[in-house]
Amino acid sequence: MPTQEGKARIIVGMGTCGLAAGARDLYTFLRREVARRRLDAEVKPVGCIGMCENEVLVDVQLPGESRVTYGNMDVERARRVLEELLEGGRAVEEWVVGIIDDEAHPYRDLPFYRKQERFVLARSGFIDPNSIDDYLSREGYRALKRVLEEMGPEEVVEVIKTSGLRGRGGAGFPTGTKWELCRKAPGHPKYIICNADEGDPGAFMDRTILEGDPHAVLEGMVIGAYAIGASMGYIYIRAEYPLAIERLEKAIVAARRRGFLGDDILGSGLSFDVRIKKGAGAFVCGEETALMSSIEGGRGMPRPRPPYPAERGLWGKPTNINNVETWANVPLIIRRGAEWYRRVGTAGSTGTKVFAMTGKVANTGLVEVPMGITLREIIYDIGGGIKGDVPFKAVQIGGPSGGCLPEEMLDTPIDYDSLTEAGAMMGSGGMVVMDETSCMVDIARFFTRFNHNESCAKCTPCREGTLRMMEILDRIVAGEGTREDLDRLEELGEVLQKTSLCGLGQTAPNPVLSTLRYFREEYLEHVEGHCRAGVCEGLSGGRAQKEVRGG
Amino acid sequence: MVKLYINKTRVAVPEGTSVFNAARQAEIAIPHLCYHPMLSVSGACRLCVVEIEGRDDLPASCTTSVAEDMVVWTESERVIRARKVVLSLYLANHPNDCLTCEKTGDCRLQDYAYLYGVQKPYYQGGARKDYPIEDTNPCFERDHNKCILCGRCVLMCDEVVGVHAYDFGYRSADAKIVAGMDMGLEDSACIFCGNCITVCPVGALMPKWGQGKGRAFDVRRVETLCPYCGVGCRLFLHVNHGQVVGMSPAAGPANHNLLCVKGRFGLDFIHHPDRLKRPLVRRDGRLQEASWEEALDLVAAKFTAIKDRYGPDAIAGISSAKATNEENYLMQKFMRAVIGTNNVDNSARLCHASTLTGLARAFGSGSMTNTIAELEDADVIFVIGSNTSEAHPVIGFWVKKAEKKGAKLIVADPREIDMAVDADLHLRHLPGTDAALLNGMMYVILEEGLWDREFVEQRTKNFAAFRERVKRYDPERVSRITGVQPELIRKAAGLYGGADRATILYAMGITQHTTGTLNVYQIANLAMLTGNVGRRSTGVYPLRGQNNVQGACDMGALPGYLPGYQRPDNAEVREKFERAWGRPLPEREGLSVVEMVKAALAGSVKAMYIVGENPMLSNPNVNECRLALERLEFLVVQDIFLTETARLADVVLPAASFAEKDGTFTNTERRVQLLRKAIPPVGEARPDWEIICDISRRMGYPMEYGSTEEIMAEIAEVTPIYGGIYHDRLGDAGLQWPCYDRDHPGTTFLHHERFAGGLGEFVPVEDRAPEELPDEEYPFVLMTGRILYHFHTGSMSRRSQALDALRPDGYVEINPEAAARLGIEEGEELVISSRRGRITIKALLTKQVHPRAVFIPFHFAEAAANVLTNDALDPEADIPELKVCAVRIEKSAHGDPRRSPVS
Repeated sequence: MPTQEGKARIIVGMGTCGLAAGARDLYTFLRREVARRRLDAEVKPVGCIGMCENEVLVDVQLPGESRVTYGNMDVERARRVLEELLEGGRAVEEWVVGIIDDEAHPYRDLPFYRKQERFVLARSGFIDPNSIDDYLSREGYRALKRVLEEMGPEEVVEVIKTSGLRGRGGAGFPTGTKWELCRKAPGHPKYIICNADEGDPGAFMDRTILEGDPHAVLEGMVIGAYAIGASMGYIYIRAEYPLAIERLEKAIVAARRRGFLGDDILGSGLSFDVRIKKGAGAFVCGEETALMSSIEGGRGMPRPRPPYPAERGLWGKPTNINNVETWANVPLIIRRGAEWYRRVGTAGSTGTKVFAMTGKVANTGLVEVPMGITLREIIYDIGGGIKGDVPFKAVQIGGPSGGCLPEEMLDTPIDYDSLTEAGAMMGSGGMVVMDETSCMVDIARFFTRFNHNESCAKCTPCREGTLRMMEILDRIVAGEGTREDLDRLEELGEVLQKTSLCGLGQTAPNPVLSTLRYFREEYLEHVEGHCRAGVCEGLSGGRAQKEVRGG
Repeated sequence: MVKLYINKTRVAVPEGTSVFNAARQAEIAIPHLCYHPMLSVSGACRLCVVEIEGRDDLPASCTTSVAEDMVVWTESERVIRARKVVLSLYLANHPNDCLTCEKTGDCRLQDYAYLYGVQKPYYQGGARKDYPIEDTNPCFERDHNKCILCGRCVLMCDEVVGVHAYDFGYRSADAKIVAGMDMGLEDSACIFCGNCITVCPVGALMPKWGQGKGRAFDVRRVETLCPYCGVGCRLFLHVNHGQVVGMSPAAGPANHNLLCVKGRFGLDFIHHPDRLKRPLVRRDGRLQEASWEEALDLVAAKFTAIKDRYGPDAIAGISSAKATNEENYLMQKFMRAVIGTNNVDNSARLCHASTLTGLARAFGSGSMTNTIAELEDADVIFVIGSNTSEAHPVIGFWVKKAEKKGAKLIVADPREIDMAVDADLHLRHLPGTDAALLNGMMYVILEEGLWDREFVEQRTKNFAAFRERVKRYDPERVSRITGVQPELIRKAAGLYGGADRATILYAMGITQHTTGTLNVYQIANLAMLTGNVGRRSTGVYPLRGQNNVQGACDMGALPGYLPGYQRPDNAEVREKFERAWGRPLPEREGLSVVEMVKAALAGSVKAMYIVGENPMLSNPNVNECRLALERLEFLVVQDIFLTETARLADVVLPAASFAEKDGTFTNTERRVQLLRKAIPPVGEARPDWEIICDISRRMGYPMEYGSTEEIMAEIAEVTPIYGGIYHDRLGDAGLQWPCYDRDHPGTTFLHHERFAGGLGEFVPVEDRAPEELPDEEYPFVLMTGRILYHFHTGSMSRRSQALDALRPDGYVEINPEAAARLGIEEGEELVISSRRGRITIKALLTKQVHPRAVFIPFHFAEAAANVLTNDALDPEADIPELKVCAVRIEKSAHGDPRRSPVS
C-alpha cells in the first residue's frame, strides 16, 4: 500500500523473534528520535515477516520508493540509518537484507521467499497487529461483511467445502465437512474453538499468525460461527504465548467495539463472542477432546471418539474445532473464492501450508508454501540447502510424532496423503533438517522421550509403551541393545499405533518406526557398538571408522 | 436393530450399542480393566481391543459402536498379540507379589495374565514404580505400585459418589491417581464410602479390616443386609473360620452395589470385645454374669409377679428398630398376649411417629409412597429437613444420579449441609418454620396456577378449607416468619410446581417437632396439590433412620396398632388376633416411648423390657429418663452391648447381632428383604426371637417356632399387607408391601389411581412456633441430628475401629460470627446448658449453622445432646421436639483443652 503522502515509514519487526532480539528498545529509540529530530516519518510495529534469523529487522520506506529491510539492527545502526535517511535517503547497503517492491511477493529476489506463496502470512510484517484500522485497510472483515450480507450459512459451508481446505492442525480433515457435521448436529448452544495450543518443539506457525495478524483468525471464527450456528467461541492458547495473548485480547476488544463481535454483529442478527482460555502447557491439550476437557475445567485427557466434537463436544454440545492456520485461511477463501483457492496446491491438498523450518539448513525461519511443492524444493531452494559442507541425512516432518525421511524421499510432494504414505505426516508444520552429524537413533530417542513425557497417562499403550520404547532406545544408544530390541520396538510401535486411545499415542512411535524403516542400518550399527554420527557417547564414532571396519 | 457378526455369531442389538456389550449379549467375553457397567466408558486400558474387518487399527470394543454387517473378531491373532503386549506392559510395572497379595483370587490382572499366558515381565530391567503404601486413613490402604491407572476409582468418585476426591495427577511414568492435592485421602473431599474399592480391578485399594484373614478363595460369602440406616443396602459378609473377616457390596434394589462409610467400614463391631457374651443379673447392686436359666427364670418370675400385683399395664416394652420383623412381631405379641398390655412401642416414636400419623390421615398409609430407585427419573427433588448425604448416603447417591440426568434439586434446611451447597436452590429457613415455608410455596403454586386441578378435584377432599388457610401465607409474610427471601420461595414453588415428576424427601427436620404431624400434613398437601402422588418418580419419601424401623411399625410394635396397622380398638380386628393368639387382648391404646418414661417416673409403670434400644441416649431429656429408669422395680435390657441403658438394668440378656441370625428387615421403601445368618452367635448370645420365646414359655404361653420362616408365615396370616410375604419369595429383590397374597407381586408405589384411604385429605395447617424458643437466658437454638460417620446412639458405630477413628468425639457446631462474639476458639471446651441439663463439649466453628443456632450430633454419650433436648410432645403423634430447644453457651471452667474428657 502506498505510504501516506510525503511521509516516510520506519517499520520495526516486533514478533516474539524481534522482541527477543531487542526490538522493543529499538522501537522506543526510533519513536523518540523521530520526534526529537522532527522527522516526517511514522514508526510502525509489525509482526514477523519470516526472516527471523536477521532480527531485529527495521525497514525504511520512503515516499514512492521500495521498502528496504535492514537486518541485525541495534540502536547504533539504527541511528546511522536514520541519519543517512536525513541526509538524502541513501541506503546503508551493507546492512540491507532485502527489498520489497511488491507486497504480495516480498523479497522476491531472495531465494528464501521466491517459492513461497504468502496467503495467511500476507499481512504479517505489514500491518500493526494492534491496529484494527490497519487490518481493515487491507481487506479486513470484508469477507465477514460479504458473508453476512450476501450469503446463507449453508452457502458458506459449501464454499469452504469446495475450496478443499483441510485441517492445518495436522490430521487434514476436510474443514467444510466438519462444519457441516456440526451445523447439522442437534443441540444448542453450539461452540467453536480455535486450537492455538501449539505444542510441537520448535514450531511457531500459529504464534506468528496470532502475533502478526490476529484479526484474520477472529474474522475466520466469526464466519465459522455464522456458518455453523455457534454463539460462543473459545481460543485455547498456551500461556507461554504472552504476546499472542495480549494481541488477541486487544483485537477482541477492538472487534467488539467495531461491532465485529458480540451481539447483533454488523446489524445482521448474528450474536457471537470469543473468550480466551489459556492452556497450562500440556502437549496433549492440543488433542481436541483433551482440549475441551481442559476448557471445562477438568484435567486435559482425551476422551474416546466417537462421539466426535461435532456431535458432543464442549459441555456435551456440538462443537467445531479448527486450528489457528485453518481459521486464518477462511476469510481469504471467502474473499477470493473457492475456485481461486483450489488453483493453488494439489487436487487433494489445496492452498498453502506454513512450516517452521529449523535445523541444519542455511535459511531457517517461517515459510509458507503451496501444497504439492516437494521437500527438496523447500530444503534446497527455499532453505538454501545444508549449512556447511556436511551431507544431508534426514528431514523430520510433522512434529514430535512425525517421521524422519531420508534423501531418497525428498521428492515427496508436500500433501497430506503423500507424507502419510512415506511414514511421516503433515502435522502442524514443524520441519527439522538434519545432516550426517545427527544420529538417527538419538533423534528417535529424543522424540520418544518427548512423547512419553507428554503422555497424559490415560491409556496403557501410550503411558507404558512409550516408557519401554524409551528404555530400549536408551539401551541401544548406550551400546547395550540387541537385535531383539529392534523387534521389540517394532512390536511395541505397532501396538501403540493400532490400539492407543488418541492421536498422541497412535503417532508416538512414528519417529522410531520411520527411522527403523529408513535408517535401520544405523540401529544395527549401534547394536554392534558403533554410532556413525559420533553422537552417542561410549560408542565408536565416525563414518571413517566404520569404513575401516568394513561395515 | 443392528445386525453384525462377532466371531461368526450373528448378533442383533439396538443401534448405538458398543461392540463390547454386543459381544457380552452373545456371551462372548472380552477382557477389560477399565470398563465397568456402573461407570461411563473411558476407553483407557485398551485390553478390550478387537479386530474389525475393513479397519486397520484395533479399536477398543467398549468405545466402538456396532454397525450393520460389521464383522468383528474378538480373539484373532492380531488381537491376542496386542493384548499380550498390553498385559506385558502392565506386568512390567507391577509388583507381581501374587503369593502374598490380599487380592489374589479376585484380581482381574491376574486373571488375564493367566488367560493369555503372560508370565513374567517382558520388558525387563526397566523403571518400576516405588511408592510407599498409603495407609494414613483408618479405612483402607492405597498401593500405587499395584495401581494400573484404569481410572475406575476416579469415575466412581466423580460420577456416582459425586465427590471427585480422586483424579489423575502428573504425566507419563510419574502419573498416579491423586486424592485432593496429592496430600492423601484424609486431606481430600473423600467421604470414605469405599465405593472405589468395589470397582478397583487389582489390589491397589484394599480395606484394612480383615487383612491377612483370608482371600477370595478362603471365604464364604453370605448375602445379607446392612444393619445401619433404613436404606436397606444389601451386602455380602465374608466368613472364614466362623468369623466375619470382610465384606463387599451386593446388587440390592436400593443400593445397586453402592455403600456408605458405615456399611463398608463399620461392621467390625460384630467381633468387638465389648460384645455381651453371657447374661448379666444384678446381684448386690452389681451386674454379674449368670446362666441363661437363672436370668430367664428371674425375668419370667418378676414379670409375672409385677403383672399379678399391679396389672398388665404396669409393664411396658420397647421393641427394637434393629431387630427383625419376626422378632418385632413376637415382642408385641408377647406384650399383648402374654403380659396383656398395649404398652409396646419402638424408636419410630422418636423419628417418624408424626409421619405415621400425618400420612395415615392424608393418604391412608403412613409409609414412603414410592421406591428409592425411582428417584433417578424425577424432574425435581425437594429435600426438606433431611441431611440425606450424611444420614442416608446411598439415597444421596441416587439424588446425584438424578441430578446427572437433569433433575433439579431444592434443599430446605436451616443448615448449609453439603447437599444444599450442590442444590439449585437452598431455602435456609429458621428452625421450626417448616409449615410456614410450605404454606408460602403452596400460596405461590395456587397463585400462579401451577396446581393440578384435575387431581385435586378427583382424588382429594377438604381442598376449600385448605385453600382458605394458605391464602394467609403470601411469600412476604412467610419470609418474615422463615427468614427466606420471598423471591426464593417463589422460585422453589415454580420449580416444584412446574415439574412433571416431583418428589419430596424428608426426615427428622420435619418430624421431630411438636408440630411434626402438622409438618407432615404440609408435605402431603404440597404433593397432592401438584398431583405428585400415585405415579412413578413422584411421591413423598420419609427417610427412615434405622434398618428396620419400618418393619417394627409394620409388625405392630406400636401402642395403637396391631400388626399391619390394624387397630386394637376395632373389635373385629381384636377378635381375629384373639383367635389367632388364643388370648384375650387389651383394647385401650398403650403408652408411647416418652410416655413410658413419664409413667415410670410417676410410678405407674413398674417394669420395662427394652430390646435393642438405648433411650438413655436417644430419648429427649435423658436426665429425667435416668431418674425414671432408676425408679423401676425391674428393668430388663436385651442388647448386643452394655449400653448406657443396659447399665441401669436388673437383667441384661445378650442378643445375637445381625450377622448371627436369620429373618427379615423392611427398609424405608417398604421392601421386605432377607437377613441371612453368616456366623453362629458370639459367646452365649442368642437371637432376640429365641429369647422372647423362652420368656414367654416360662410365663405359661408357649411360643414354638422352628425358624423365623415359620414366624413370617404366621405374620402373613394375620397381616393383610404382609399377606403374600414368605421367606421363600424374598430371593434377590425382596417384596414391597402391600403384598396381599402369594401371587401378589408387591407394590412399588402407593396410591395409584386411588389413595389407600380412598380420597386424599387436605389438612389446613397454621404455623406454630416450637415449644421452647431462645430468650435472654438461653439465647441459642439447639438443633440435633446425625453425622456421616456415626449412627444413632453410637453403640455399634463407636465400636467400629474405622468409624471411631474418623470421628472419635462429639462437638458443637457454632457459627464463627457467634464464636467471635463470645470469644470462642476452634476446639475449645464449652459448657452447653438448657433448662434440663448441661454438657461439656468441644467447639467446631462452621458457617453451616446460623449465627443464632448451634448443632450437636446425638451419638456421643460423653457429650449427649439429649441431656439438653426438650421432651415436649407433638399432641397427635407423641414425638418429642428433638430438633429445637433453647440453650446457653459458656466457656468451660476447665478451659484447658488437655483436660477435655472428649478429646
